[in-house]
Amino acid sequence: MKELKIYNFMGPSRAMMVVSAVLLLLSSVSLSTRGIHLGLDFSGGTQIEVGYQQPAAVETVRAQLVDAGFDGPTVVHFGAETEVLLRLKEIPVVDQAAVQSEEQQPDIGQRVVAALSAGGEQIELRRVDYVGPQIGEELREEGGLGMLVALAVVMLYVAVRFQFKFALGAVLALAHDVILTLGFFSVTQMEFDLTVLAAILAVIGYSLNDTIIVFDRVRENFRKLRKTQAVDVINESLSQTLWRTLNTSVTTLLVLLALYIFGGELIHNFAAALLFGVLVGTYSSIYVAANLLLLLKVSREDLLQPVEGELVDDLP
Amino acid sequence: MPNKYPLWKNLMILLAITLGFIYAAPNLYPPDPAIQLSGQSGAMVIDEDVLRQVERSLDEANIEHFEGVADGEAILIRLRDKEQQLSAKEVIQQSLGGAYIVALNLAPTTPDWLRSFGASPMKLGLDLSGGVHFLLEVDLDAALATRLESELEDAKVALREARVRYRSLEIVGPELVGQFRNEEERAAAEKAIRAQSQALTTVTNPSQNPLTLVLVVNDITLKDLQENALKQNLTSLRNRVNELGVSEPLVSRQGKNRIVVELPGVQDTAEAKRIIGKTANLEFRLESDSALGERFKFRDGTTSAVLQNTPIITGENVTDARSSFDENSRPQVNITLDAGGGWQMGHATRDNIGKRLGVLFIEYKTRLEKGLDEEGEPVMVPVPFVEKNIISLATVQAQLGKSFRITGLDSQRESSELALLLRAGALAAPMYIVEERTIGPSLGAENIQLGVRSVTIGMGMVLLFMLVVYRVFGIYANIALSLNLVILVAFMSLLGATLTLPGIAGIVLTVGMAVDANVLIFSRIREELNAGLKPQAAISAGYDRAFVSIIDANLTTLIVAMILYLIGSGPVQGFAVTLSLGIITSMFTSIVVTRAMVNVIYGGRKIDRLSI
Repeated sequence: MKELKIYNFMGPSRAMMVVSAVLLLLSSVSLSTRGIHLGLDFSGGTQIEVGYQQPAAVETVRAQLVDAGFDGPTVVHFGAETEVLLRLKEIPVVDQAAVQSEEQQPDIGQRVVAALSAGGEQIELRRVDYVGPQIGEELREEGGLGMLVALAVVMLYVAVRFQFKFALGAVLALAHDVILTLGFFSVTQMEFDLTVLAAILAVIGYSLNDTIIVFDRVRENFRKLRKTQAVDVINESLSQTLWRTLNTSVTTLLVLLALYIFGGELIHNFAAALLFGVLVGTYSSIYVAANLLLLLKVSREDLLQPVEGELVDDLP
Repeated sequence: MPNKYPLWKNLMILLAITLGFIYAAPNLYPPDPAIQLSGQSGAMVIDEDVLRQVERSLDEANIEHFEGVADGEAILIRLRDKEQQLSAKEVIQQSLGGAYIVALNLAPTTPDWLRSFGASPMKLGLDLSGGVHFLLEVDLDAALATRLESELEDAKVALREARVRYRSLEIVGPELVGQFRNEEERAAAEKAIRAQSQALTTVTNPSQNPLTLVLVVNDITLKDLQENALKQNLTSLRNRVNELGVSEPLVSRQGKNRIVVELPGVQDTAEAKRIIGKTANLEFRLESDSALGERFKFRDGTTSAVLQNTPIITGENVTDARSSFDENSRPQVNITLDAGGGWQMGHATRDNIGKRLGVLFIEYKTRLEKGLDEEGEPVMVPVPFVEKNIISLATVQAQLGKSFRITGLDSQRESSELALLLRAGALAAPMYIVEERTIGPSLGAENIQLGVRSVTIGMGMVLLFMLVVYRVFGIYANIALSLNLVILVAFMSLLGATLTLPGIAGIVLTVGMAVDANVLIFSRIREELNAGLKPQAAISAGYDRAFVSIIDANLTTLIVAMILYLIGSGPVQGFAVTLSLGIITSMFTSIVVTRAMVNVIYGGRKIDRLSI
């Protein structure tokens, strides 16, 4: 028989709270001063990816576009030296007049290829994206709303399944993860597109998963153990779930790493958001969620009553 | 007996796994590149003769082909080499001419025995297959403005007939505003207009001038108007997209006022946009008594009739067309015209009772024809042309007015189709492109490759990790994880879900998170062993105690995935779908399947130690 080693997780709880507070502050400052580099999905505009046979010089490409009459194009490499991503101000609208006159009007993609292959280069048009301004605005609204709704529903679920203090702990931990991940995107100025938003919601799901497992143990131990000190119960619960937390984080991080390295440029930022979010989520389920339980003075009594109440509620 | 599943339970699990393999299997068979050929109009017969012609032209161009099938409506012919698909299309188009629509397609190679189970491979999203995606917004304000104009005309007629004098009657924004000399005239005008049109309601505002009458289109009509504008646009878009010769186009509604058009395999967005941007029209013409006039075919191509040269009215005058039933429950179509159109129609039909009135459906189409480019090389050039077909030819029974009906239709299907065509030909609300995405075919293929590679590598690392950490039990978890992938793919194929790049990312993430349940269970078993329980009891306690945590944790993740589905669009929804399905299938494999394996191996016998 081996005795489980109990780690004093809550020992440095004060120090960890300071760490979290500092990180949150940094994120908020960066978000309000630097903002987020919004991708095409949210900002609206036209974006074209072209592939070259040989490595292409960004400066030359930009000059060629300006010569062809494009206004202020942004040109960057995309994943490889031979891939170039262009952001343009022109929009590929359907010209009603041209439609009526049955005139064949070259498309923006074709125009760009024509302009760039003037020097005889072989150019492949890989993708053309146009997002109207109203779509971008709607997505921004819906994205923010989606995150808030997700947090609210989660809070409700945890409050029903556990108790209000747990719900508050869980949601604050999630908000912590979301703000830090947004802060990460603000500090690095990586492009924030629709897939990153999806990644952040997946981070909410993952981090919640972690938190719930810890809470489940805390609840079980409060009922089972006769210890009166909440700190001891939480420490024991965290120690018991430590291996599970670490193992699951490792497997998830492994696949995310595979996605980050081999998944290609289009889901690079998605994988980055998840990698960062999973790390922060693992940390927050210990040092934010559990810490908050302590701060809110969670006790045995908190857990005994709602269960009885639940049974009463279930009666027709 | 501890840790034993009853036989039926084991059999059920085996059945579920077998079904998983069967429905996932079609994805292992890569589709053949193929060419699909159909006629510009549905009346054309595409039979063996056409097939022979297609095969001959492919032979001449040295393009290897096999298994050509003609079913009367279309031909599907498979090619050996994907590289030759484009040139094959050109060759066929050149030899057969513009009357045929030639499209690139992929023909499934699912074996017959799998197909007999109804199994088919997953559909690929545009980001994996390449193609064009448009999001169009229907301008509902414009539809309302058109409607208001026709209401204004009608109101003026109503006032004239009721002999009510007015100072002015005009459209101001979304309102119809009239000015009157005194309150009696205002009241009389309100009564006359409201009696004439149910679509308008009076707006009363305490601060407004008592001599002003403000009318707006009421909510029911407005909703109806918007619904119809959207449906009309959807119908005409579907008709037009078919012309583009795309094998599996998608035209569907999104939200209140948007339409998504997805054209897999299309690269020429200019051509696609030109065709999408076009509108159809209608002309009402009387049948001609003499040889003077124009001969038109019916839309189904069977017969023809001679109509007068000048139309009475055009689609612009048609405000609505609906299919319904007459007093004898026979199908009919009710047509409503605006005031001007009603007057014209009354004038034209007054002296022509007993004659037949034809409705012409006019479409602006494009066909490819052989031509020469600047260097004298033969190329296929798109040539626009107008197609006019009769969609209805009915005898005028009485003088027609603003609203009349067409009876004598054979079936309800016929009446609803006629109503649909009439509405599609009437002036629809304009559409604007609000989002456009073109994905090149090589990028799509590259995305699949990258996706498959990251799934393989990610999964390999997880399998290795589990084996190192949990040894023998790690093998069970790994088998469960592999089965999870199979069942997930089977589910997606069965549900007809579309696989996108973020969807692949969802699968990768699922692989990482799916082992969580097993990690929980195994950690728990270890704990119980450490606490001094015997192996059998530890297994049982481990599964039981971990179960609650697993359900709680997975349910919350599922909730988040559903929210993601609701707010997301396109690719993000693909991610949400694979994530949710993955959560559900992983609960089955990691709880039920591993338990069954553990039970079969350890159940019902004495064990001293577990390799966990």
